[in-house]
Amino acid sequence: MSKQYETVIGLEVHVELATKTKIFCSCSTEFGGEPNTHTCPVCTGMPGSLPVLNKQVVEYAAAVGLATGCQITQYCKFDRKNYFYPDNPQNYQISQLYLPICRNGGVEIETENGKKIVGIHEIHMEEDAGKLIHNEWDDTSLVDFNRSGVPLIEIVSEPDMRSAEEVIAYLEKLRLIIQYLGASDCKLQEGSMRADVNLSVREAGQEAFGTRTEMKNLNSFRAIARAIEGEKNRQIDILESGGKVVQETRRWDDNKECSYAMRSKEDAQDYRYFPEPDLVPVVISDQWLEEIRKKQPEFRDEKRARYKEEYGIPDYDIDIITSEKRLADIFEETIALGCKPKEVSNWLMVETMRLLKEKETDASDIRFSPAHLAALIGLVEQGKINRTVAKGVFEVMFTEDMDPVSYVEEKGLSMVQDEGTLRSTIEEIVKNNPQSVEDYKGGKKKALGFLVGQTMKAMKGKADPAMVNQILLEILG
Amino acid sequence: MAKNVITDEVIEYVGILAKLELSDEEKERAKADMAGMLDYIDMLGELDTSQVEPMSHVFPVSNVFREDVVENGDNREAMLANAPEREEGCYKVPRTFE
Amino acid sequence: MESLMSLTATELGKRIQAGEVSVREAAEASLAAIEAREPKVHSFVTAADRETVLKRADQVQRQIREGSLKSPLAGVPVAIKDNMCTEGMRTTCSSRILENFIPPYTAQAVVNLEQAGAVIVGKANMDEFAMGSTTETSYFGVTRNPWNPEHVPGGSSGGSCAAVAAEECSYALGSDTGGSIRQPSSFCGVTGIKPTYGTVSRYGLIAYGSSLDQIGPIAKDVTDCAVILEAIASHDKKDSTSIAREDYRFTEGLVDDVKGMRIGIPRDYFGEGLDPEVKASVLAAAKVLEEKGACLEEFDLSLVEYAIPAYYVIASAEASSNLARFDGVKYGYRAEDAGGLHQMYKKTRSEGFGAEVKRRIMLGSFVLSSGYYDAYYLKALRTKALIKQAFDRAFEKYDLILGPAAPTTAPRLGESLGDPIKMYLGDIYTISVNLAGLPGISVPCGLDGKGLPIGMQLIGDCFQEKKLIRAAYAYQQTRSYERCASLKKGAFGNE
Repeated sequence: MSKQYETVIGLEVHVELATKTKIFCSCSTEFGGEPNTHTCPVCTGMPGSLPVLNKQVVEYAAAVGLATGCQITQYCKFDRKNYFYPDNPQNYQISQLYLPICRNGGVEIETENGKKIVGIHEIHMEEDAGKLIHNEWDDTSLVDFNRSGVPLIEIVSEPDMRSAEEVIAYLEKLRLIIQYLGASDCKLQEGSMRADVNLSVREAGQEAFGTRTEMKNLNSFRAIARAIEGEKNRQIDILESGGKVVQETRRWDDNKECSYAMRSKEDAQDYRYFPEPDLVPVVISDQWLEEIRKKQPEFRDEKRARYKEEYGIPDYDIDIITSEKRLADIFEETIALGCKPKEVSNWLMVETMRLLKEKETDASDIRFSPAHLAALIGLVEQGKINRTVAKGVFEVMFTEDMDPVSYVEEKGLSMVQDEGTLRSTIEEIVKNNPQSVEDYKGGKKKALGFLVGQTMKAMKGKADPAMVNQILLEILG
Repeated sequence: MAKNVITDEVIEYVGILAKLELSDEEKERAKADMAGMLDYIDMLGELDTSQVEPMSHVFPVSNVFREDVVENGDNREAMLANAPEREEGCYKVPRTFE
Repeated sequence: MESLMSLTATELGKRIQAGEVSVREAAEASLAAIEAREPKVHSFVTAADRETVLKRADQVQRQIREGSLKSPLAGVPVAIKDNMCTEGMRTTCSSRILENFIPPYTAQAVVNLEQAGAVIVGKANMDEFAMGSTTETSYFGVTRNPWNPEHVPGGSSGGSCAAVAAEECSYALGSDTGGSIRQPSSFCGVTGIKPTYGTVSRYGLIAYGSSLDQIGPIAKDVTDCAVILEAIASHDKKDSTSIAREDYRFTEGLVDDVKGMRIGIPRDYFGEGLDPEVKASVLAAAKVLEEKGACLEEFDLSLVEYAIPAYYVIASAEASSNLARFDGVKYGYRAEDAGGLHQMYKKTRSEGFGAEVKRRIMLGSFVLSSGYYDAYYLKALRTKALIKQAFDRAFEKYDLILGPAAPTTAPRLGESLGDPIKMYLGDIYTISVNLAGLPGISVPCGLDGKGLPIGMQLIGDCFQEKKLIRAAYAYQQTRSYERCASLKKGAFGNE
């Protein structure tokens, strides 16, 4: 490659909002029902049906707008976007083109190259499409409208990103903001957060943008990074060989690691937007906006500062705990129940993170309650169980969220407090391990550890290691 | 004679947008009809509307909302009852992408 | 014995409440009239099944006897225009594409009527998807004007109006997007009201032009219309454009007093293109109101001729989108062996829609397409704003505006469809009312030389239905309801 190229990237991020009902009808948004069991005349496009807007959608959309520094359009409207596709029951999607609810915002991202602002062009509200299931055998597709009408916001960025790292930092930032707001769980894999990548390349130093393409079907950070790399190279190859990039929509195939054009003669890409006559304008008064503003939670950056000041835990801990809203919530609630911050942090940082990784789940799926974590910490502090036992209990609690106090009792896991029993066990161990005793007395301090371990084994873990140490030292003189 | 001229390409294009397939005879008629209508509609050009906002809703009604409460149950049978073709609780259509 | 169907809806309702007539007798009278007259008139796409009608009649009778149903419409037979969904009863919009569609729910206006004890006897014919002024664009064949079967009944609610005029039912519901209640009411010699936009819920009304469509009553006189409107109007949370009105007591307008009422007569409604007989008849009706104490004044409404092009842009644009859902996937007609998806769409829609519907879908798609939106669609919305302003100015001076409902009486069958623009011009007096969201009424005011009815139109300011009803009522006190000539002559044969 003789020339230097710069990649210019803008994102269209779709986020499914965490409402109980769809945007225009009172069908449930619950995931995973049998096909078409969450449908009604409105979300299946029955003749004569009419949409009625879910107020919560406006509140979530405005809240995301406020949290991303946008101006809120206090008089906004819906428009129809017309195109034929079987997952789109009316063959138009109710969306916003002319007066979207939020405009002109931005978020700060940080990568190895430092901090920068990624501008947000607009955020608009719209409805999701249904799901298509393809039948390979008989050349047909099946349509399930359970997702049809689930509320979405589309966050359209400015073309401010220059690398996959920046794109991922931006997506992470959005994910955290929206999760903190409780407006969505933002899971890429499950499709509650989806990103379309608009990408163009230009020669370094050139001011005008190159021709961009739009890439769809990106459902993991890894796929996004690979698609950006692939598309960048594809466009540079075209330019290097004297060709021209065609403005088009491309579909990324992550298995084959390549994209292909989605264009067909039947896709005119002329959406004939016009104001939705079945819905009236949304007017967001100053007072309403103020109420939404007041409900804004403490976001990650604010939390970081406060944790440092209030709890004095290390930056590393703070970073991990605030990286997921759920972790931060558990952390704060457990402390509120009287536990020491560092103690809570340790449980989250070490055991929780290990189990999440092991079980390949998300922090948002954590089931154990802060009350039970506090109870477990209490058991350790009161010397009722030792740490090793506590870890085992936690592992069960992680999947079953049972009360650790009754569990420890039922399973008989409390530590043996009776010194007599412990002393006779240790005496037995000492008698049976003369070699270790000799080693210890000969200066091999490690041998003591072995004897402690043997004792714990004999006690089935239910002994206080400090007490074992103390008695051992006494006996060994 | 019509001032607006609707070409074959335009009729073809509108057919794609509207998902209508016209016979050659229908196409000729559609070209003439549309040109005639557009000539007629061009009459609106006589009006000075530079000082007027487009009016999509006649009455200044705003903020009609639903509360976020689930009211609909499982309506699958009723919704699918009219489907020309169905399978496994879904609407069945010719394959959607190649 | 004279048929019970020759009574007005409220007269019949009174007799039913008084126990003089049973609901079953009323239903039987309607069923018999339908059976006898349908071959000649063809008002219905679907006549309700006899068993269903009688079962419903008995149910209503029970409720009346128990005292739980006191509505003046309880037990009175009604026809519903076939663009309103009726659960379990085929609803076609007179289109092949909905030939076999059985809705899973009922339109709110019809639900309201059923709560008032209505007995539905059938679904009335109409222009396909309400696009037309003659009921000739119906896939299920034309409806004939009961006054003269060689003439059209008007449209698009031609079946509803013909059914009332032919006394096949006591009253009907129609819908009005550009004159579709008022013009056929005028052609068939019956009374019809297009209410203020938002007064009657559109939920379950299969949309043509969403920002213009309104459901309204069609009956023998304004008393019936006021009673029916009171029954069907409601603030419906399922229709975001439904308006919570302060006052739904339309029957309070049934007062024989127009003293001091200021009525504006737009010169623009009496110029070129108006049939002289229609003109004379409407002006004579105006004179009657003047004699009763109303103050008449001529004025210039302005912009009248611009309403038609603005309307066709807006209505076609909305229709192109509203009718996109008819694609062979979820309900209705699907073309067979079409091949791929897009071929299936095209074949289904091309075979499923008639010529006029396709014409408007094409026009609507075009005016919204890239590069034309501003020049056509926005221009039409700006024109609409100007027209609304013109009416606002008029209503600063007048309580009502009076004019003809249509420039002519009913044309002969087959004369209209050949020249669309000429046909659209027939809507000139009604269309601007829809653009401005206003209420309008058509009241019979005489016959022309051919014996065809003429209608006078009264237009009110928004939410002023009571004034319309008052003036129409006062006028109707001066003349009795004129039964359609064929009925008088017994042209429908022995029943």
